[in-house]
Amino acid sequence: MSLKLDSKIPAGPLEEKWQKHKASIKLVSPANKRKYSIVVIGTGLAGASAAASFGELGYNVKSFCFQDSPRRAHSIAAQGGINAAKNYQNDGDSVFRLFYDTIKGGDFRAREANVYRLAQLSVNIIDQCVAQGVPFARDYGGLLANRSFGGAQVSRTFYAKGQTGQQLLLGAYAALNRQIHAGTVAMFPHTEMLDLIISDGRCRGVIVRDLRTGEITPHVADAVVLATGGYSNVFYLSTNAKNCNVTATWRAYKHGAGFANPCFTQIHPTSIPVSGEHQSKLTLMSESLRNDGRVWVPKAQGDRRRPAEIPENERDYYLERRYPSFGNLSPRDIASRAAKERCDAGYGVGPMGLGVYLDFSDAINRLGKDVIESRYGNLFDMYANIAGENPYATPMRIYPAPHYTMGGLWVDYNLMTTIPGLFAAGEANFSDHGANRLGASALMQGLADGYFVLPNTIGDYLAGQKPGEFSTDHADVKEAKGRVGERLDGFLAMQGSKPVDFYHRKLGRVMWDKCGMSRSESGLKEAISEIGEIREEFWQNARVGGDGQDLNQELEKAGRVADFFDFAELMCVDALNREESCGGHFREEHQTQDGEAKRDDEKFCYGAVWSPGGAQGKHELTKEPLSFENVTLSTRSYK
Amino acid sequence: MDLTVYVWRQRNSKAKGSFERHELTGISEDSSFLEMLDTLNGILIEQGNEPFAFEHDCREGICGSCSMSINGRPHGHKKLTTACQLHMRTFSSGDVIYVEPFRAGAFPVVKDLVTDRSAFDRIQQSGGFVSVSTGAAPEANATPIEKEFSDEAFDAAACIGCGACVSACPNGSAMLFTAAKVVHLGLLPQGQAEQTDRVLSMVDQMDKEGFGGCTNHGECQEACPKGISIKYITKMNRDYIRATVKRAVSLRGKMKAQ
Repeated sequence: MSLKLDSKIPAGPLEEKWQKHKASIKLVSPANKRKYSIVVIGTGLAGASAAASFGELGYNVKSFCFQDSPRRAHSIAAQGGINAAKNYQNDGDSVFRLFYDTIKGGDFRAREANVYRLAQLSVNIIDQCVAQGVPFARDYGGLLANRSFGGAQVSRTFYAKGQTGQQLLLGAYAALNRQIHAGTVAMFPHTEMLDLIISDGRCRGVIVRDLRTGEITPHVADAVVLATGGYSNVFYLSTNAKNCNVTATWRAYKHGAGFANPCFTQIHPTSIPVSGEHQSKLTLMSESLRNDGRVWVPKAQGDRRRPAEIPENERDYYLERRYPSFGNLSPRDIASRAAKERCDAGYGVGPMGLGVYLDFSDAINRLGKDVIESRYGNLFDMYANIAGENPYATPMRIYPAPHYTMGGLWVDYNLMTTIPGLFAAGEANFSDHGANRLGASALMQGLADGYFVLPNTIGDYLAGQKPGEFSTDHADVKEAKGRVGERLDGFLAMQGSKPVDFYHRKLGRVMWDKCGMSRSESGLKEAISEIGEIREEFWQNARVGGDGQDLNQELEKAGRVADFFDFAELMCVDALNREESCGGHFREEHQTQDGEAKRDDEKFCYGAVWSPGGAQGKHELTKEPLSFENVTLSTRSYK
Repeated sequence: MDLTVYVWRQRNSKAKGSFERHELTGISEDSSFLEMLDTLNGILIEQGNEPFAFEHDCREGICGSCSMSINGRPHGHKKLTTACQLHMRTFSSGDVIYVEPFRAGAFPVVKDLVTDRSAFDRIQQSGGFVSVSTGAAPEANATPIEKEFSDEAFDAAACIGCGACVSACPNGSAMLFTAAKVVHLGLLPQGQAEQTDRVLSMVDQMDKEGFGGCTNHGECQEACPKGISIKYITKMNRDYIRATVKRAVSLRGKMKAQ
């Protein structure tokens, strides 16, 4: 079915859109709020902040997470920082500059109005978090400290050592706890959403499974918010937590919710390289390290000398060479491709030749080991644990890894998907980062959506609904519950012998090779057919074992991997359709002579929104044209 | 590496558990402890046996999901390291390794290596927050905070809520966990207004959950993968005594008024 997309961007000047919108949308009166129920899936930054804020407003909230505690959601692992246009450094920052950097960093594939709102709200986020007791880094005068991140020429990143995500999430978790304590939020940990209840075209609730008892329960609600994160684990090896998955957003897609720009995935340039077949995940080394670390490879191909033995004039600081004005702080997509280019050309380091050096010796000489330790101590320890080398003495070896997904459920300015009553927040939606996200912007977006956008916009939808008019007795609830049960039975009945992970690994390999850092028409076509074959093998030869009545981690995995197979295909279809290179999406056919991305604004200045249907009965494309009234589309140059 | 591993097998909280012995060969030194368990589980599945359940997620040492003791120590022998960050190169080929769930009365076993640590959440819900609703915050730089206090608050706030402290304590006490939050908020101006109520209700909830008291063994600090210092327990005790007195005085004041 073709989608009707109404982005609901308010009219008027960019700076006034959000204020005017807030002043004109419908409200639910305080006395009526408690009559409305809202289900929030996921307790990361977006989910926890949304659930807490809804609770504060007086809505009746149910919050779900599959982890054993809401505090363990994957936002906890974000390292580097959170951007905000406070201009505390007096270095020329402003809301407009943060907006512009984000739009440009996203290679002009995001909506102006959404991004501007994000930049406006960034300052409120810092205030809110500090008031909650988030211990951001401070200078000796007792005021907040900042550092720089890629793609920006100002220092606007607030941080708490290399554990900013942890501290922000613990702030949101505390706000959530306060509401649980007050009785406005009911918390359901170790509970996974497996389907949505859609009735008469509206989202009316969710079907969840208690992962410890296996019990399948419907929860009806007047609105549902998916804050379920991204889909980097489609690559199997990524920096995401092991249990991150696409199931919630993919279930929404199956019900007809538009999925936008699935091929926009971010490959982070600084992850610890793969060490062997046993590898279960990749560990990120924060982008903030590039403030003080210099990236290089040997000038000679296949140089196997130890880094200390390679003299200065035989080192190629390729980021500084290729992008002199941004140097080691070039945006992620650019830095990742540059690393791949060097390694593909035979200059890579480490046992498999898939690595480049991130060298701190200059910074240690200049600032002393203590300063570097105070800035990045936990990251250095982590590196030493994993790689078995001391990064104070020898350069880190790093290589790009899947990290974040800019694509996600299509949402309008109110963050509502194409299914009325179903909202998406944080990484789960597509709204703010275009084709490439700048560092320290994910935390900003998650919290902007949860603390400030949704609490305002959800009322506009709810005000038009009669509260509690839908109940669990409805036939559509029974049907949805039956569907979930059947699907689980299907996994339990698989009679093969191989673990689910075996097929997930295979899928990941295909996606990394053919829909990863660079993509081509032939590669993508091969990938689509290979995905089909592996999926077939999975259904034939995988084994889940156990039963559905208690904790069964293989059963959880099987459901998630099955959805990844279907989703992976859509990702390739989208990548095939987008015949241009922009941001994290690099099509080999579309590059300049010196290997830079070649964008095609004439043909592809749109959000690609997919829904089930279309000519082959699979995926149909609807375009949301992007118009830029406040910035000039330019070739993105960091040279 | 070749290893002999004894892994705890327990169907559910009511069933009796026991160690199950497995021999592993060719484990990579570069793999993490959990990747070694992944390998074991893969073999079990291919043999038609049930894999071991264990809690894990980020595998970067920050989410706090890991809840296993290795050779009798929560998270294993390496200091300041979670089980997921423990690498096999710190073992030797031929080693015998025992893996079991965190042991504590207040953490019942759910299955195999998975324990129920929801008591921690309930302690946090009882007062581990600053009551500031969204939108009510003043300008962030309006209140300067001495760097020393702010850094100390961060160190306390670095707790990942894994429960190693409880498991390592002979009394099964959650004092280190509770103190970390009480001290984190108590060191900051933002946390002052509610500090009295906070410390009283969090300690009260901790007792209700069945955690033991602190008798200064110091095992919690030894086991903590994030290096949370036992000095926070002292600090919390001080706050607690002050709060008790304050509460008593204010109750007496109310009685007089009657």
